[in-house]
Amino acid sequence: MNADINPKVVVKDLNFYYGNYRALKDINLNIADKMVTAFIGPSGCGKSTLLRTFNRMYQLYPKQKATGEIILDGANILDKKQDLNMLRAKVGMVFQKPTPFPMSIYDNIAFGVKLYESLNKNDMEERVEWALKKAALWTEVKDKLKQSGTGLSGGQQQRLCIARAIAVKPEVLLLDEPTSALDPISTAHIEKLIDELKEDFTIVIVTHNMQQAARVSDYTAYMYLGDLIEFGETSTVFTNPTRKETEDYITGRFG
Amino acid sequence: MLIFSLEARLKRQAAFDLLFRNLTRISAFSVLLLLAAIIFSLVVGSLPAINKFGFGFLTSMEWDPVNDNFGALVPIIGTLVTSSIALLIAIPVSFGIALFLTELSPRILRRPLGIAIELLAGIPSIIYGMWGLFVFAPLFADHVEPWLNKNVGDMPYIGGFFVGPPMGIGVLTASIILSIMVIPFISSVMRDVFDVVPTLLKESAYGLGATTWEVMWKVVLPYTKVGVAGGIMLGLGRALGETMAVTFVIGNAHELSKSLLMPGNSISSALANEFTEAVGELYTSSLIELGLILFFITFVVLSIARYMLYKLGKREGQAS
Repeated sequence: MNADINPKVVVKDLNFYYGNYRALKDINLNIADKMVTAFIGPSGCGKSTLLRTFNRMYQLYPKQKATGEIILDGANILDKKQDLNMLRAKVGMVFQKPTPFPMSIYDNIAFGVKLYESLNKNDMEERVEWALKKAALWTEVKDKLKQSGTGLSGGQQQRLCIARAIAVKPEVLLLDEPTSALDPISTAHIEKLIDELKEDFTIVIVTHNMQQAARVSDYTAYMYLGDLIEFGETSTVFTNPTRKETEDYITGRFG
Repeated sequence: MLIFSLEARLKRQAAFDLLFRNLTRISAFSVLLLLAAIIFSLVVGSLPAINKFGFGFLTSMEWDPVNDNFGALVPIIGTLVTSSIALLIAIPVSFGIALFLTELSPRILRRPLGIAIELLAGIPSIIYGMWGLFVFAPLFADHVEPWLNKNVGDMPYIGGFFVGPPMGIGVLTASIILSIMVIPFISSVMRDVFDVVPTLLKESAYGLGATTWEVMWKVVLPYTKVGVAGGIMLGLGRALGETMAVTFVIGNAHELSKSLLMPGNSISSALANEFTEAVGELYTSSLIELGLILFFITFVVLSIARYMLYKLGKREGQAS
């Protein structure tokens, strides 16, 4: 299914449970290094659930558990011995809605960095500038770094969140419907940004918007009711799907 | 005919609406009127004392009913010190309770624990007073005060606060009882405001690799600071005015002592203790002036808190 991928993350026989409910069923999947992989599928298909296993976000909630293996750089991150904070330094995440912290723009970016590194003032300023430039936000905010992050527009806030995530210099970036709360222009900004970011990061994006998946991703996984139905190069999945369910979904016959 | 009745109905409705609006207006203004009336009667009642002692009333430690010589310094300090120590204890404990209830507690424990804390808030203060006097104070005198005397009493700077005979009752005991009384208020407000923090905001911080402590301290607390400050003010308001429980355990001595183990007095317990035995105009008037001062302290403290929140909000407003 994914023989020609140079994998950054390998998912093996992954099952996920909300209490007794099995939300992911024997998922096997490779996430390509420095590429964009999109998870699509109707609501409740498990695409966000799958994404949240990559940084073990589910661990905040006692009734959720995952079995199987997720191998990142040769180590199984589902292993109990895996340090959660180190994992999250490697795997950053951006959410459905912009979530700037109630502090200045500068401090928003520095927040994550301070958790792992003790940089001096100059280095920290450089890092903040680097992250904001990477997130294509620098020119808009460079004169108001001391102002509150919550005062930015929705699209700017979301790019601030992306900057905050990449400031830690993760290797994998998880985007959980990053544009679902944004207007079309801000969405276009973010999509362009995703295209640039894949030079440095392995990106996994969950999206409800199939056109978006087609535009930004190199690989697409179509999921339905906890099963991975089809996975392959985006161009193939969208133009010549091998499974009838995928074709029905992407041609808009359901979902 | 139909038009007539409609017109009549509209008229009736308009009249009713006018009546209703004025009723609500009267209700709202009656609060202001009541406040003004209370201040007025307090001022009038304390005029004899004000005329006799002037500002000296605030700085004098005398409290001599026999010779009609009164000063408010001891109870003022007692009120401020007991309330401050109570908050000093109550704020971190409440933060811990609220943090545990919102973030760490297993789901099945949340409701029972939350209800238990709210029940604590509902216990009449006289019961805290009785418990403080009959249960807590003897335990404190037998086990804690000797230890404080022995281990802290000799320390430089702070030692002086913890020397004295282990009597059980005193300023420190009153402060601890007060802190127990305000913890339910502060912690339930904190829990409520922590509960409304968006899950995504917390997940964002966890997603960056923050620990529970870092998420609470650096994200949740700044996000909820107005509500948290409001809860603390609620607790402070209660601590400043609390009467019965403090009266039971503070010792009611009109003496100023550096040691927190010695008995002292607070404004509200002085009032509760002495109104019944106050004979003579000046004695009564001095007590009323104490009441006026308590009113004033509460007003000033709440105003300062409001102002600080306003400044905080404004700074963020400018920032955004």
